[in-house]
Amino acid sequence: MQETHTIVVPDVSAEVRQQLLDYVLQLADTSLILAHRLSEWCGHGPILEQDLAMANISLDLLGEARSYYQYAAELEGRGRTEDDLAYLRSAVEYRNPLLVEQPNGDFAHTIVRQFLYDAFHYHLLLQLQAGPDQQLAAIAEKSVKEAAYHVKWSAEWIIRLGDGTNESRRRVEAAINALWRYSGELTTPSATEQALQQAGFVPDYAAIQGQIDEHVARVFAEATLPVPQGVFMQKGGKTGRHSEHLGYLLAELQYLQRTYPGLTW
Amino acid sequence: METAELTQEEQFQARIDADVRIEPKDWMPEAYRKTLIRQISQHAHSELVGMLPEGNWITRAPSLKRKSILLAKVQDEAGHGLYLYSAAETLGASRDQMLADLHSGKAKYSSIFNYPTLSWADMGTIGWLVDGAAILNQVPLCRTSYGPYARAMVRVCKEESFHQRQGFEIMQTLCEGAPAQKQMAQEALNRWWWPTLMMFGPKDADSPNTEQSMKWRIKRFTNDELRQKFVDMMVPQAEFLGLTVPDDKLKWNETKQGYDFGDVDWAEFWDVVKGNGPCSRERLQARVQAHEDGAWVREAALAHAEKRRQRAETVAA
Amino acid sequence: MSQKEWPLWEVFIRSKQGLDHKHVGSLHAADAEMAVQNARDVYTRRLEGVSIWVVESKHVHASNPDDAAAFYEPANDKIYRHPTFYTVPDSIKHM
Repeated sequence: MQETHTIVVPDVSAEVRQQLLDYVLQLADTSLILAHRLSEWCGHGPILEQDLAMANISLDLLGEARSYYQYAAELEGRGRTEDDLAYLRSAVEYRNPLLVEQPNGDFAHTIVRQFLYDAFHYHLLLQLQAGPDQQLAAIAEKSVKEAAYHVKWSAEWIIRLGDGTNESRRRVEAAINALWRYSGELTTPSATEQALQQAGFVPDYAAIQGQIDEHVARVFAEATLPVPQGVFMQKGGKTGRHSEHLGYLLAELQYLQRTYPGLTW
Repeated sequence: METAELTQEEQFQARIDADVRIEPKDWMPEAYRKTLIRQISQHAHSELVGMLPEGNWITRAPSLKRKSILLAKVQDEAGHGLYLYSAAETLGASRDQMLADLHSGKAKYSSIFNYPTLSWADMGTIGWLVDGAAILNQVPLCRTSYGPYARAMVRVCKEESFHQRQGFEIMQTLCEGAPAQKQMAQEALNRWWWPTLMMFGPKDADSPNTEQSMKWRIKRFTNDELRQKFVDMMVPQAEFLGLTVPDDKLKWNETKQGYDFGDVDWAEFWDVVKGNGPCSRERLQARVQAHEDGAWVREAALAHAEKRRQRAETVAA
Repeated sequence: MSQKEWPLWEVFIRSKQGLDHKHVGSLHAADAEMAVQNARDVYTRRLEGVSIWVVESKHVHASNPDDAAAFYEPANDKIYRHPTFYTVPDSIKHM
């Protein structure tokens, strides 16, 4: 249920406020893009029950994205709305990490993408909810309960696919091989994140890296899957250097707003 | 007592006439069971295939709010399909078999979903018109004679109530918006009006199953009764929106206190029923592909569950 | 390739603390854990529950409708089991 709260903007310098805006947009874009990808499954899932599960996760992420966009609009203070921020920014302005914009592929790719993100997302939210920014803490407090469910769901699927049939194992290994290289960006701070880490607004990724690694290792072990080592990590999404997939995704997402500028829907 | 002399079939009919619900393990005529399996599975398939035309616009919804609403709505349809498959399963049909019948073309689903969704206004029209028609069909089913079907329908109707409203809200926003939006709304109504009238099925005279279904209280109104009710309900709503219903013959009839309206193009109706709708092949193909692409996933989950069960047994032993 | 269907499970939901779990429907799942999660995703999308039970359908043993007369009618004439069977003088309160 959508509630309207008064949004509290922290009393910080213009510079930090701008950094905070960039970071909140990064969080918003990340949730939106992953929600969008998951929503592409709707009506095409492997079984009805899982179609419902994926739509639920997508809806959670969409709700989270909207909360961040609303906060970003407030931080920006230029009268733009959540929809302006989601529908009228171009690919180079989007700040989501590369992982979440990767195409759905088969169910194994979707699950691996989801699990790698969920493991990070869950541990990030645990920190944000205890952080100094009231608004982020409030959003994180609500979202962490959802993320706890997401990571349980995706972890169980990693285990089923890894320790299922020969085919599922082959497919999940192929997906890990394709997507692991995007996992590093999640905890590699951008310049904005570094600055905010110093100001205390963004958690120290080095500190949560251990928890994430342990979480992933535990699930992979149960799935009898080896954890990849020494993989070259791609990055760029958080600074606007995306893969080619994002442009197409946004073309679809933004189609109506771009075709009929300025209308109400 | 006289009941002792009644045949099983007569006793069954007596219970129906007394409005006593029939439950899964109760004796029932084979034809009643078959009719129900056919009707419930057809209904379930309609929910499942019905996800596709609206699913077509989830990724293009024009605002974050609309995107959330549309996704939640299409997800509800998956839920409704699931409730209905479950109801049919209480009669001894397996979901796998029902899906196989859908995929082979043996089982039917509502023809309305074989039409394309071409603009955002189609999301409004489907919610407002198509769900409006569906609700008229479905509300009486909450009192249908078979218990599990009636209970599934209670749940469906409860959840559907937001579907029609969100559709009307989309239409209203478009009609009160820019000329291009209003035009989009009118154009969508032009395309969906007649197919929606077809949703109530053939004319009573051409509906051979109606009489028996009414007697068994599986069905509680005839096709023509519901169609009339629908037109009477929708015309004032279209007027409120400032939209024109695409029917020259539409006219208020003071004597019958209802609208007279033109005849549905029954040739088109039967063409679509036979699988020649504009999107019939695409819809079925999408369902078959989702099922086939998901086979290895379903199999992996079973294999893993079996491994776990065996391990638990080893530990226990 | 096996064509086996995921087993069917019956779902029971406690709508709020203090109430019984009530049968709400069924679903398919490969194992109990998944059945609980599927039940959450399918049957509690509108805050319908605070607790879920699932039972694999094959484990439910039901009474036979043909026994209905023998099972339930004998309770019909035991009206003395109901409080309304007894008359209490008007002057007696709290009973």
